[in-house]
Parts: sequence; C-alpha cells; structure tokens
Amino acid sequence: MWDTITNLLPLVGAALHDFLYGFLPGWLAYLLLGFIFIVILLVSILNTVLAFIWLERRGISRFQVRLGPDRVGPMGLLQPIADAVKLMTKEDIVPAGGDRAVHYLAAVLVFVPALLVFAVLPFAPGVVFADLNIGILYIIAIGSVGVIGVFMGGWASNNKYSLMGAMRAVAQMVSYEVPMVLSVIGVVMVAQSLSLEHIVQAQELPFILLQPLGFFIYFAAASAELNRTPMDLLEAESEIIAGYHVEYSGMKFALFFLAEYANALAVSIIVSTLFLGGWKLPLVPPYIALPLKIFAVFGLMLWIRSTLPRLRVDQLMGFAWKGLLPIALLNIFITGGELLIFKGYPSWLALVNIPLAALILFIWSRLFTIKIRATATSARPAPSARNV
Amino acid sequence: MTRDLSPFELAPLVQRELPSAAVSPTTPALMVEPGSLLAVARLLQESPTLKLDYLVSVTGVDYLDYLEVVYHLASIALNHRVVLKVQLPRGDKPTVPSLTSLWRGADLQEREVYDLMGVYFEGHPNLKRVFLWEGFVGHPLRKDFLY
Amino acid sequence: MELRTQPFMVNIGPQHPSTHGVFRLRVIFDGETIVDLEPVFGYLHRGLEKLGEGRTYTQCLTLTDRQDYLSAMNNNLAYVLAVEKLGGIPVPPQATQVRVLVSELQRIASHLFAIGAFINDLGAFFSPFMYMLREREKITDLFEMLCGQRLTHNFLRIGGLSHDLPPEFMPALRALIDSMPRFIDEYDQLLSDNEIIWARSKGVGVLPRDLAINASASGPVLRGSGVAWDLRQADPYLNYPQFQFDIPIGANGDAYDRFRVRLEEMRQSVRIIKQAMESLPGGPVMTPDVNLALRLPKGEAYAHVESPRGELGYYLVSDGSINPYRFKVRAPSFINLTTLRELCLGWKLADAIVILGSIDIVLGEVDR
Repeated sequence: MWDTITNLLPLVGAALHDFLYGFLPGWLAYLLLGFIFIVILLVSILNTVLAFIWLERRGISRFQVRLGPDRVGPMGLLQPIADAVKLMTKEDIVPAGGDRAVHYLAAVLVFVPALLVFAVLPFAPGVVFADLNIGILYIIAIGSVGVIGVFMGGWASNNKYSLMGAMRAVAQMVSYEVPMVLSVIGVVMVAQSLSLEHIVQAQELPFILLQPLGFFIYFAAASAELNRTPMDLLEAESEIIAGYHVEYSGMKFALFFLAEYANALAVSIIVSTLFLGGWKLPLVPPYIALPLKIFAVFGLMLWIRSTLPRLRVDQLMGFAWKGLLPIALLNIFITGGELLIFKGYPSWLALVNIPLAALILFIWSRLFTIKIRATATSARPAPSARNV
Repeated sequence: MTRDLSPFELAPLVQRELPSAAVSPTTPALMVEPGSLLAVARLLQESPTLKLDYLVSVTGVDYLDYLEVVYHLASIALNHRVVLKVQLPRGDKPTVPSLTSLWRGADLQEREVYDLMGVYFEGHPNLKRVFLWEGFVGHPLRKDFLY
Repeated sequence: MELRTQPFMVNIGPQHPSTHGVFRLRVIFDGETIVDLEPVFGYLHRGLEKLGEGRTYTQCLTLTDRQDYLSAMNNNLAYVLAVEKLGGIPVPPQATQVRVLVSELQRIASHLFAIGAFINDLGAFFSPFMYMLREREKITDLFEMLCGQRLTHNFLRIGGLSHDLPPEFMPALRALIDSMPRFIDEYDQLLSDNEIIWARSKGVGVLPRDLAINASASGPVLRGSGVAWDLRQADPYLNYPQFQFDIPIGANGDAYDRFRVRLEEMRQSVRIIKQAMESLPGGPVMTPDVNLALRLPKGEAYAHVESPRGELGYYLVSDGSINPYRFKVRAPSFINLTTLRELCLGWKLADAIVILGSIDIVLGEVDR
C-alpha cells in the first residue's frame, strides 16, 4: 500500500505506457507517450511558475506590511492569470531603430533554455523526462545559453538602458557561472555521479549537511544568475529601470517574465535535488516532498529579495571573483582531501564540515569585505553638536 | 541668534579697506555699485572680522525703474549676516559680475535670476536658463512680462 | 591594439523611478563611470513666484504648500514668519508652540520618506520604504485629524493657526510619540550596520566641509559634512530656544552620513515634540485683527526656517498693496543640487542615484 502511494507517479506512467503500447504500433505509441509527457511537464511547469508569481507578490507584500494583490479571485489567486491575459492582449512594440529579428529571437532564446533545463530534473524515483547520465553538465550548459538571449534583447532594443543592462548581464552571468560550477563539483565528487537521479539516491544525508559550503556558494551564485536582489543589477529598477527588457511589451515581455520565474523554479529544483535530498523525505511521498522543498527554497530567495539592498557593479564582480571563487576552490580541495583520506564520504563528516564551513565563511568574510573607498575628511564638532 | 550687521557700520569698514569701492548704506542693505561688487564681496568673504562664508540667497527684484539683485550673506563661523544690494538700470543687458568665483553656491541661483529676471552675470561659467527652455522669449519675473 | 571607445550619453529622467519626480540628469558615461553630468531642471516649473505676485498675502499661503509637498507645514511656517516679520504681526504663545509641534512632526514624516527613498535608491526592493511609509502614515493621519489634509495642510495662518488642536489630537500624538522611538531604533538597527548599505554609501559622494559651506548647502547635506549649522539653534525662530536638542553631524560628508544625520534628527525631533507637548500654554491661537486682504507696510523681509531639506527662506518685498511685490523662495533642495556634478564625477551610475537620493530633493521645490 505504502509502496503504491510513494510510487504513484511511476505506476501511472507505466500504466499509460502499457495501455498505449497495447493497441498502437510501437513508433506511434513512443511518439504519443513522449508528447503526453511533454505536455504534462510543460503544464506543471507553467502552473508552478504562476504559483511562484502569486507567491512572490503576496509573500513580498507580507514582508512589506501590505496586502498585495487580493482583488482577482480568492486571495488574489487569479492575479497571475489576469496578468497573463493583460500581457497577451497588449500591443507588441519593436522600438524604432531596433533590430526586429533579433528583438523577436531574444525572447525565444531566453525562454527556451529555461524550459529545456527541466528535461533532466528528476521529480520522483524513475520520474524524469530524460535520465541523462551527464545531467548536471547538461543543466549548466543549457543554463548559460540564456545570457545570449538577454544580451540580444538588450542590444536589439536600441535603448541605452537596455544596452547597459545587457552589458551588466553578460559580465555578471559569465562571472557567476564559474563559482556555481565549482560548487557543484563538490557534490559530484561526493555522489560519484553526474546523473541527478544518482545524486539524489546518493543522499542518505542531504548534501547541505555534507557540503554546506557548496550550498552557500551555489545559492549565492544562482541568485546572481537569476538576477534577484541583492544581485539584480541587470534589471536594477532604481538605476536602469528594467535593464535589458525595458523595451519589451506584450507577449515577448511575458516570455521574459516567464523565463525568469521558470529559471527560479529550475534553480529551486536543482538546489532541492543537489543539496536537500531531492524527492527524499521520511514518511512523505516524493510528489509532495519535492514541492515542499522547492517552495522552501523559493521562500528563502523571496526573503532575501525583500530584505537586502543591491550591490554595485564592481562590488558584485568582486564578490564573484574574490569572494566566491576562492572558497569554491577551497571547497573542492577539502572535499577531495576528505575523499582521499576516508576512501568514501561517511555521514559523520557532516559534523566536521558544518563547523568548518562556518569557520571558513567567517574568516573569509573578515578578510574579504566589499571595498569601501577610504575618505580623509575630518569634522570639527561644535559644542552642541553630536556625531552620528 | 544670528546678528544682523548694520550696513551703516559696514560701509565705513568697506570704504577703509577699499577706498575705490562705491558703497552706500541703506536701512536693510548695503548698496554696492555693480562695478565694485566683486571686490566688496571678496572683502566681506575674506575679512577675518566678517568672514561671510555662506551665500544664503541671490534674488532679483524688478522695481520698474531699475532692477535690483539682492545677496543675503551669512557667516557660519561668526553667526551674523549682511544683505548686499546691487541696482542696475533696465537696459538691453543689465549685467552684474558673477560671484561664482567666491561662492560656488551662487551657481544655480544666478542662473535662476538670469532665467527669470534677465540679469546677466558676467563671468558665470555656465549662464544658461534653468527652469525655462532654451529659446524662451523674455524673463517672466519682470513686471512687464506679458503672459 | 587599442580598444576604441566612445563616451555614452544617457538621459536619466525626466521619467525615471529614481529621480524623485520629473528631474533629468544628462550623464556622459565611460562604461559605467560618470565622466560628465548636468542636471536639467524645470519640468515641474509652475512659476509659483510669479503667481504669488498676483495673489493676496493670505492666498499665497496655498502656493507654499505646493513647493516642498513633503513638508508643507515647514513651508507654511517659513512664509507666515516672513509675513509676520514684515507686518509686525504678533502670534499668540499657543500658536507658536503648536507650530513647533507640527513642524517637528513634519520633519519626522519628511525624513522617514527621505530615508525610505534613499534605501530604495540603494536597490532594496521597497521593503524599508514601506516600513517608513507605515510610520509616515501615522503622522499624516494626525495631520488629517488636525486640519483635514494629509499632504498640503495649509494649517498655519498669518498671525496664528487656522484653529486650535482638536481635543482628540493630544492623546493621539502622545501615543504616536511614545511608539516612535522604538520604530526609529528598529530602523536604525536594521539599516545602519547593513554591510551592503555601508558598501554602497560609505565614502560615496563625499562633500567636503569647506565646499559644503561654499556651495550654500544646507540641512542634512551641510550637517552631514560636519557643519553644526541648524537654524533652530543658529538663528532660533518660534520658541526653539526653550527646547533641549542636539544637532547631529556627520564625520565624512558622504551619503551614509547624510542618511545617518536624518535618522538622528528624527530622534531629536521626538525629543523636541516631547518637550513641547508638556508645555502647551493654551489660550487663543489667532491674533484677532488680521485682515484677510492684508496690507503690509512698504519694505522687505527675509525669514527662514530649518526645513527637513535645509534652509528654507522667503524673501518678501511689499509695496504697500494687498499682494506681495516680490515673492521669492530660497529653495534648499534646489541649491543643494549645486554640487551634484562634483559629487558624482568618477562614480558609477548606481552611485549617482545614491548621491541624488542622499541629497533628498523634492521636485516641487526644486522647480517651483
């Protein structure tokens, strides 16, 4: 009984598989099955994205002592749909002097990789669209395509703010890819596999406990990739208004918007998969455990977004190259050393790694501070004055 | 309390330091001829007993017969203040020397007076209209401006 | 091979989320570094000084609200002080004390807005802003209780106030003032030691002491540069000499100091309000024989107050008629912008926004 509950998704899939192959020729059943799964995947992604948008708007409004959208549907639940309808019916504008073809292509090039990532993400044991044995490599490779679309969008808009946002995007995304990849290597070393499914299965203990440093680096770098505050430089509202998509409207803007949240969803799933044990949770079936983790990770991002101000361009780059990169390398070094000494990765190493990570982060944060330009003026306080 | 320096005490002082300066005291203000404004202002700023280091405001007033530029000066160090006035004939181009070389704070204010009152400040580094657009005809704060 | 680059001109504004209104900065960038910057004014120019010349002294009062619309009480105050100075009009003690109360309340409200907007300019996603607005809202509610208006109060009158405090005002004020220090402390703890806020605002936009004085900066901009010049103590008006308060000053004159000065000034304002609340003299709030079509003696007067943005002065010239001959405003945030170019040169785009936010301009006042 319990097995049936936990393995509900694979069982349904298998039943569908047997049903289709029962009366259709093999090639048609194969195609049809693939099509059905793609549709299921896309629909669930888009629905989760809508849920994210709702959660973000309502959640952040709670952080900001206000109510948020609550007019459309119960608790404003239909707000994302209303937004989508509004965006789809809006006029689609290509700015004068903009590169029309590139302007169109950019939106697609941002959106497609965001969806492609989901092909290799495992949602339950055996439930993965394509169980690639180099899943992580695929994710990283596909994930870095998006920046091309972002740059194309910024360039084609023929707008100075967009161009600035696009330049920032390239610099930022390329920089943060490096510590992100390096932090994943630690996980791969411990799990001894590049396949996401194997990585989940290798986690008797969630890797956040075995690789706390890796989690920190990955999370920081991923939020920079997602350009969320404190690293939302490419769309910094108070500086360059909306950055690379300032000239987008209608459906093309909707694609950018969806891609942003699809990426957030992908990162939430990847973080859950790599560090939080994926679908594994004691006494909870996988199709509930994973969404719980995803929303927890997204909630963390939301919290950070509503709390912190933004870094400056140079500080942000400095944080990637001088802050994250060295500790990412250090993390690989430590993990490799531990693997070499213990011939494996016993769970008790968590007791070593967590204090070690805390120590390294502490020392590093003391050694490396975001540069503050020195000033050399002094004040002469008047009698009734008070220094602040 | 900020002390108001009496123009009647100030005028002899200025005369002593700058015999050529054309100043005359009146009730609220020290009247200065446009020609000697810069020298007088520099004296007021640099004199250790006056030290008027703060230019509070620059105002243009149109008295129909003549234009007047009013400078409110204050001293943060010594906490007193002075009003300087310059009277100009309403010609084609009423001109006063700019005080931007002494007080950076005169920059925008002189531009404002130029823009709205049509007083030209000689030596101002960037004498352009502030509020109105380039090519606007007339100076709206003049009493004879028709709108 | 040498990389050929060319400067990049960007118009920040007049429609831009961070220019605090319709203000335009024409910036020339080298990459993201500012090599030249020119502020362009006038998008909100309504010719208030000219309008004032066609109105009676009483009618001019409504023009003052609309200048610095975030601190309308202070604008009213500066204007009525100038008229009263020129006309020698007495003000009852109760009115004077209430004027202190409302102008300090307005200062807190205005500084809350300034700090919130400043942190927003630093890139926080509206959270601090919303918290600041929550507190400011309580003060606007108080003002609504007081005079029916939340933004453009028009509460002061030449020779007093439009009416006395309503009976429910004092308990509400007391509740607000009792809770306010806790909130200010909370914001202080939340914001003042934030690493990112430090990194973004410390050392950014340093206005040296001498330049601050020379460029006629005033208010928190001047005090942030370490000059203890506050008109409430330097040239006291109303009955400020009766109250104990400190002038917070900054050490470096950077954006962070200006932000800290504002934060600290809110505490001092709470102190003043507490003292003023205890000693309300009571009695009439209006000098009885002030004519609505007031005729002032021939002459001129300059009166100034320490508005949240700096020295706000009104220079009135009277020719003996019922309307002012010249109605001139010394707008602090306009003059504070004098050094904007110097402050921003060599910094990045993001810093220019922060510096502008730290100067705290209100376009209604800048452009008039």
